[in-house]
Amino acid sequence: MSFPWAKHYEPKQPLMRWLDEKLPLPRLVYNAVGAGYPVPRNLNYFWNFGVLAGLALTLQIVTGVTLAMHYAANGAVAFQSVEQIMRDVNAGWFLRYAHANGASMFLLVVYIHIGRGLYYGSYKAPREMVWLLGVVIFLLMMATAFMGYVLPWGQMSFWGAQVITGFFSAIPVVGETVRIWLLGGYAPDNAALNRFFSLHYLLPFVTAGVIILHIWALHIPGSNNPTGVDVKSEADTVPFHPYYTAKDGVGVGVFLLVFAALIFFSPNMLGHPDNYVEANPLSTPAHIVPEWYFLPFYAILKSFTADFILPAKLWGVLAMFGSILLLFFLPWLDTSPVRSANFRPKYRAFLVVLLVDVLILGYVGGAEAKPQTVLMGQIASAYYFLHFLVILPLVSRSERPRPLPTSITEAVLDKHAGLGLTKSAMAN
Amino acid sequence: MVRFIAILVGAAFTFVLGLALWGTVATWITDPPLPSAEHEFLHHPKDAELSSAGYFGKFDRRQVQRGFQVYKEVCSACHSLKYVAFRDLEHIGYSEAEVKAIANQWAIEQPSVNAETGEAATRKNLPSDHFPSPFANEVAARAANNNALPPDLSLMAKARHDGSNYIYSLVGPDAYVPQPAALVREFPGSKTPPGLHYNQYFANLNIAMPPPLTSDGQVTYADGTRATRNQMAKDVSAFLTWTAEPNLEARHGAGLAAVIFIAIFCFLAWGAYQNVWRDVKH
Repeated sequence: MSFPWAKHYEPKQPLMRWLDEKLPLPRLVYNAVGAGYPVPRNLNYFWNFGVLAGLALTLQIVTGVTLAMHYAANGAVAFQSVEQIMRDVNAGWFLRYAHANGASMFLLVVYIHIGRGLYYGSYKAPREMVWLLGVVIFLLMMATAFMGYVLPWGQMSFWGAQVITGFFSAIPVVGETVRIWLLGGYAPDNAALNRFFSLHYLLPFVTAGVIILHIWALHIPGSNNPTGVDVKSEADTVPFHPYYTAKDGVGVGVFLLVFAALIFFSPNMLGHPDNYVEANPLSTPAHIVPEWYFLPFYAILKSFTADFILPAKLWGVLAMFGSILLLFFLPWLDTSPVRSANFRPKYRAFLVVLLVDVLILGYVGGAEAKPQTVLMGQIASAYYFLHFLVILPLVSRSERPRPLPTSITEAVLDKHAGLGLTKSAMAN
Repeated sequence: MVRFIAILVGAAFTFVLGLALWGTVATWITDPPLPSAEHEFLHHPKDAELSSAGYFGKFDRRQVQRGFQVYKEVCSACHSLKYVAFRDLEHIGYSEAEVKAIANQWAIEQPSVNAETGEAATRKNLPSDHFPSPFANEVAARAANNNALPPDLSLMAKARHDGSNYIYSLVGPDAYVPQPAALVREFPGSKTPPGLHYNQYFANLNIAMPPPLTSDGQVTYADGTRATRNQMAKDVSAFLTWTAEPNLEARHGAGLAAVIFIAIFCFLAWGAYQNVWRDVKH
């Protein structure tokens, strides 16, 4: 499951030897994130984001479990219990702001992690399973984040739940029945709030389980790297510890700096003011919007405004779910044997367009529905689907990649040959 | 096969989006969106210049106390403050005895139960009580206010965009103005209906709340500050900023400490990284 030159765990202390014989847990850790896991030596800072996502999940579980000790999942008192946490629980404001902004940080680092995978072709053989499990984690995260946003039982919580569960009523014939069954009523109420709380507590642990599979699947081929070239010799790798634990330390520091700035200085920047108004089924907010991390998908949903065989709403729901589910097929849509976009000029250009496209979708998702923004959303949604479903399969056939380095070590030494000259010139 | 189906699916979504786009453009031409009165006449909130604003802001306790006086003498006639307790007033500089007196003398009593008969009764407020609502229930509140419901003010500064400045602007001296003639001319349908009041900072321009701060000196400040309408509006905004975020100072203080601590951590982590990698080109 690893390279032949991987270091082996040799317990020195008698206690560790005893433990290793009975339960080789230290050995597992050593091989997973210790010196026993050889990693390409040329990873850049984009490879920090997997560890950061793991850290974000851990922080969410710690703050979440503590919040659950004070929160009451009952429609009559949920909003009030959140205010009690904010005002009367020791450091309750810190726990709640850390949890609310922690969700944003988690999604942010995961989006960068996914973007890294797209750019460097980490989804390609032999890492398809790593990618598939990653998409499963992403789906679980989205469900968890949505249900967590409902719990404070503010106006956006309630109406967000109303809109999202309303998607299911787009299913022909049985849709409305399914929606009522999911909610446990005709509209979001105590039954819905209770089951959302239950699932919101459960799914992070399911996610943690899938993350273990994700890392397990990763350790079979080993980590990808910025050149996308396979590891060929021991010279291409360094042990994970201490090399990447040290580098991840820097990433963790920067992550915490951004996180702290959000919690302590702008805790409500990413939230919506309406969620400080208690849920009221009789008063619809002027402008229902989801959290920032769902805006691109919300824009796709809203862009389908025309009936064609199927009603517009069903098209929107299909497209919105499709926009995420299509990621499952990515390893087979992109047939280019070259992984890294550094060596794929055309793919790289289209990927930059996709990045801008998703940012536009994010803007449209949060904007008021004016003809200009709707138009923008429709064009951007079309590009999103064309990019993955049409352009990617065609480009990977026609593209002529740039020559690849023969090995990771060669690429690194080439880079330093250039850099070394400038450095010595500067020293003189 | 996967790629063939993918291209078909991609084409289908693009085709339907094309139809939708056609519809959007057609509607835009035949039925362009009309300008709205809100869009043209709504004003952005003015800066209340509160000392609590900004990354390291702190409350001006004297101002927050003045704001509390405005709430007590003006706002509390209609608006509840249900998430705030009398004891919380100690955090804005009132002594324990003062808080006890404020609670005891509060005009509206706390709903209670007669200990002998078990019938509904009221009793004097204690420091541990939350501010009582001026109305027994929503029906009573609406009945007294031309069918409008005065919202609870505890969280108002966070429940509106730019909340602190919004509150200041909404009750400030230039909020309630006569409806501009140009508005009635351009949008005859938007004339302020009877029972509502034109307010150029309110989302739909017509607010049910009558002008709350009508004259200078409406409140006589305990600290001798001249109670102009502008001053009262700023002060009540400062008070409601505190009720919405009572832990703001602790948060800013902890934030500064946390950022300094993490910055040192970053520096050390960077040093460790450089040290570990010094002999490995990467």
